Amino acid sequence: MSIQPVHFYQTGTFTVGNRLLAPEERSVQANMQRTNSLNSGHRACQGCGEALGARYAIDAAMNAARGRLIAANATGCLEVFSTPYPETSWQIPWIHSLFGNTAAVASGIAAAIKVKRQKGQADDVRVVAQGGDGGTTDIGFGCLSGMFERNDDVLYICYDNGGYMNTGVQRSSATPPAARTATTMPVGPEPGNVFGQGKFVPAIAMAHEIPYVATATVADLRDLENKVTKAMGMRGARYIHILVPCPLGWGAASHDTIRLARLAKETGIFPVFEAEHGDVTGVLKIRRPQPVEEYLKLQKRYAHLFGKKPAVETIARLQALADKNIRKYGLLDREAN
Amino acid sequence: MDKPFAITLDPGSSLANRTGSWRTSRPVYVDRLPPCNSQCPAGEDIQGWLFHAESGDYESAWRHLTRDNPFPAIMGRVCYHTCENACNRGRLDEPVGINSVERFLGDEALKRGWKLSPPASDSGKHVLIVGAGPSGMSAAYHLRRLGHQVTVHEAGPLLGGMMRFGIPKYRLPRDVLEAEMQRVADLGVRVVLNTKVENILETMHAGAFDAAFLAVGAHIGKRAMIPAGDAARIIDAISLLRSMEGEEKPLLGRRVVVYGGGNTAIDVARTAKRMGAEPLIVYRRTREKMPAHDFEVEEALQEGVMVKWLSTIKQAGESSLTIEKMALDSKGFPQPTGEFETIEADSLVLALGQDVDLRLLEGVPGLEVSDGVVQVDGNMMTGHAGIFAGGDMVPAQRNVTVAIGHGKKAARNIDAWLRGEQYVPPPKHEVAVFENLNTWYYADAPKTVRPMLDIIRRQSTFDEVQGGLDESNALFEARRCLSCGNCFECDNCYGVCPDNAVIKLGPGKRFEFNYDYCKGCGMCVAECPCGAIRMEAEEI
Repeated sequence: MSIQPVHFYQTGTFTVGNRLLAPEERSVQANMQRTNSLNSGHRACQGCGEALGARYAIDAAMNAARGRLIAANATGCLEVFSTPYPETSWQIPWIHSLFGNTAAVASGIAAAIKVKRQKGQADDVRVVAQGGDGGTTDIGFGCLSGMFERNDDVLYICYDNGGYMNTGVQRSSATPPAARTATTMPVGPEPGNVFGQGKFVPAIAMAHEIPYVATATVADLRDLENKVTKAMGMRGARYIHILVPCPLGWGAASHDTIRLARLAKETGIFPVFEAEHGDVTGVLKIRRPQPVEEYLKLQKRYAHLFGKKPAVETIARLQALADKNIRKYGLLDREAN
Repeated sequence: MDKPFAITLDPGSSLANRTGSWRTSRPVYVDRLPPCNSQCPAGEDIQGWLFHAESGDYESAWRHLTRDNPFPAIMGRVCYHTCENACNRGRLDEPVGINSVERFLGDEALKRGWKLSPPASDSGKHVLIVGAGPSGMSAAYHLRRLGHQVTVHEAGPLLGGMMRFGIPKYRLPRDVLEAEMQRVADLGVRVVLNTKVENILETMHAGAFDAAFLAVGAHIGKRAMIPAGDAARIIDAISLLRSMEGEEKPLLGRRVVVYGGGNTAIDVARTAKRMGAEPLIVYRRTREKMPAHDFEVEEALQEGVMVKWLSTIKQAGESSLTIEKMALDSKGFPQPTGEFETIEADSLVLALGQDVDLRLLEGVPGLEVSDGVVQVDGNMMTGHAGIFAGGDMVPAQRNVTVAIGHGKKAARNIDAWLRGEQYVPPPKHEVAVFENLNTWYYADAPKTVRPMLDIIRRQSTFDEVQGGLDESNALFEARRCLSCGNCFECDNCYGVCPDNAVIKLGPGKRFEFNYDYCKGCGMCVAECPCGAIRMEAEEI
């Protein structure tokens, strides 16, 4: 795994910081001088997982690039809540693209930087592209695949909250089965989103055999920062997919954002792993295994599963999906911790 | 207009948007009272001194600890550490080994020669303390630190009281006791040994004392009516333990019967074992009902001490005892069965509890004695103004830690009384309960067990039974502390806020909320490992 656990017994490596660790062992977020790439005053909902995930990721990228970074940003929540004209929360060079072409815009920036370097610019500038699951897995998918295929020198970060939350919680191709959205209402014989074929973009990115693919959640900061730092140390197309719970779209309490992300990982619903050139090289093991109900019942988008007559069969199907992840990625390990 | 095409406004920062106005409840940093601190009879700030020990700063930890209790090396050996039963970590894996870290700090201080801080001022008042046991010496320490002159009168030849004459060496080595007592005396406490106070009012008058603290302990062994032949050798437990401190060791014979089921009975039996005897404890109820601490019973059994449960002694002869078997009734009380048995015994030791010698209080107006102990009010003051009392001679649990706590409490009240005031203790924080913790953040780490002396040496010598931790495992143990209810600067709130509304103030200074931008999502509260943040409703 990318993390080398520090054996510190009070809080292990799980907290953001730790007064007893050497400064170089501390997280970027623990630093009083962190970039705060996404500053206060943004209009994200209370407890927004995406706002948190974006600051975690971009602060780590800024740290790795020593402040020389340009970010392209797809339309979506992240852009809307951070940058209502003329104000912005971003404290980094930042460009807003269309909904579907962020990967292409980032490719262009990377190309421009390459030319400037060839013409003698001494200092390197790194490029990050970021978007939500709608802009990544649906609308921007063609541009993204092209960026992978050309192996452009861009780190693409997808903040996955499982739907088009900004426009009123519509279904995306990243919406999980059985979840209620405005367009997958809990009615009919199979309420909520369908159990489809699934579209897990990290797996598709791996199929492109790009240098680096990883998943992460906002519940494990040290893992997330490690992956961003590792990706920034590489060249070519890199992809990080971060699960960011959405209190609004998931119908969850604002203080449960991190708890939900943790449960998604601990139940096996969201596998946390990394891969290089198409092969999985490490997984974050489950520490305290839990049944999927623990994750589902905190969210109103699954409330129809827990009515007077619980939808036992549907819950079992969701559990089967989690179990499949656990088997496929080897998420359980008795010696984990 | 030199702006680019279609641009009419200068770029601005979102800081103009005060999102704090969205909030309906606000997070507030709090300090809650850790259950260990709440439980400690000596009022130690356990979480507070562990915090320093966690960073390896043992001297600061020791200084923090000795603000409340000047005897950590003694405590680390004889305290029954009820704090560990209260420890929240016990519900996670095992309680933090508070007692073993305390002992490590105490031993470290003795090894490095750390001194207690001297008083900052001189009040000009003079306080008499009667009895140089744990309660008296604790009061002496605290009164001296508050700037008063202190004189301790002790009837015995040495400092320590019951810690010396009641607790055997294998539990408390005498060099440790001596060193921690002397360290208090070194603060300028005047100690007068071999001086029994016969009449407290006369002594106070003769020495022109402004106040007195009585802590004479309970030294008189209780007797039971046992018909005995002239040749029967019967002694009481306290006299026996006391004579162990002298030059001439008592002669007990080979078969020693100890009558009683408290910690003193166990101490006597284990002492007899070490002197080469074959001790047998006779107790009228069952092991579950025994007032002695279970670990002490267990250690005694390991060493080969025999116990006869559900038995009373009816008669004592020259070399034998008559024993009657008992049976528990429906209420759990032992009832005689009429079945008798004779056992061989060279001597009989009575460990049936102790009484207080109250003769020094005769004729003191206002003073109230009931059940053989002196009554005190909530400020540890007796019915006679200016005379305070504590330890085994007042109604309370009888152990060293409680006695030390009495000494501290009395000292604060005496100090206030001398200034014509009432001591008002600072308000207590609410207790930090397990439910307030987010235990995800704590790594699994089982308790470090202290080494025990091997059994042969435990049966034949008075060497200390329980060993101490070394530096590396004391540090490990300290770091197992969850810091319940008190910020330990893990940076979680600073990290998890999606709105950058937590300001990190730097090492040792903790954090502050920026309420201009805090939206009140409550994530910091949910993700604080130790429960040091609370949500409070916003006034709208």
